[in-house]
Amino acid sequence: MSKRIVIPLALALGVLGLLYVGLQMEDGGLPSPLVGKPAPPFELESLHDPEERLTEADFIGQVAIVNVWASWCDSCRLEHQHWRALAQRGTPIYSFNYRDRREQALRYLEVFGDPFEKIAFDPQADAGLEWGVYATPETYVLDAEGIIRYKHIGPVDARVIQEKILPLIEELEAGQS
Amino acid sequence: MIGRALLRPAQHHRAPGALAGLRALGAVLLLLAGVLVAAPATAISIGQPLEFETEAQREQYYTLVRELRCTVCQTETIYESPAPLAADMRRRVYQMTIEGYSKNEVIEFMTHRYGDFVRYRPPLQFNTALLWVSPFLLLVVGGVAWLQVVRRRQQMAAHSDLTESERRALERFRRGD
Repeated sequence: MSKRIVIPLALALGVLGLLYVGLQMEDGGLPSPLVGKPAPPFELESLHDPEERLTEADFIGQVAIVNVWASWCDSCRLEHQHWRALAQRGTPIYSFNYRDRREQALRYLEVFGDPFEKIAFDPQADAGLEWGVYATPETYVLDAEGIIRYKHIGPVDARVIQEKILPLIEELEAGQS
Repeated sequence: MIGRALLRPAQHHRAPGALAGLRALGAVLLLLAGVLVAAPATAISIGQPLEFETEAQREQYYTLVRELRCTVCQTETIYESPAPLAADMRRRVYQMTIEGYSKNEVIEFMTHRYGDFVRYRPPLQFNTALLWVSPFLLLVVGGVAWLQVVRRRQQMAAHSDLTESERRALERFRRGD
């Protein structure tokens, strides 16, 4: 084959290869610059008790999960079962109730169960902005020092729990003791 | 400049013993931050008239909202996006602007939380180098290809020494007999 054919062919194959790799890459590639950084500060009312103030210190102390949810968020319902299961395992799960109405959020927990240790009520998304929240649901894994070790955007499914979140929690807990 | 507490995520590591002290300090800082956040309490809607102390602040605000990307509706800036997140980001940009933060400080605040992605004009750095260089790269590739073609044609023109009989044959073809 002559150079005239080989070079364009190689170029075209190269471009196709790049596109193919791009397609295979894991989706949800939104950057999360907060991974590796300390949990951002906030101060909010507790969802259950408007008198109680919660800060990031309330979420820190053990390896923990922080979930961002809302009663109007359908995909939060999909992942809710996983939080119930993880809570039974003994991992503390904290959460932000994001852009929600208090009575509707409480009703949601009544219906679907409440696996959350503490819930910070964030109707104006003040903490949401500090934590770099795009949209519900989002999930963070904190280590015992309160450093964000992992962030998942969108609903978690069994695969994310089994392949990412559980191994990470186990690894962090092992490192702790 | 109390507001600087807002700018960077808390950097301190917490030793279990020092937790109580740090918690108190954090609570005070957060309270102060909370007071600042309280200024314009609600999100800023599109085209809402805003008051600024100086013309420079107004200019900075309107420059910034056109340079920051709405991260949930990725082809829009926060200036034009109707998404709630964009409204919150406008509010934060407005607050920081009237509090006297510089343009770069506001951009830094947003990139700390949402990554470089939040900038509509990405900075020139290692992972964006290809993005910036590729138009010029394509220009060079195109230029080289064009030169090759031109050179080949010139060579062909120069090599057109036909024999006497070939020239006569060509003449005949041209006349069409």
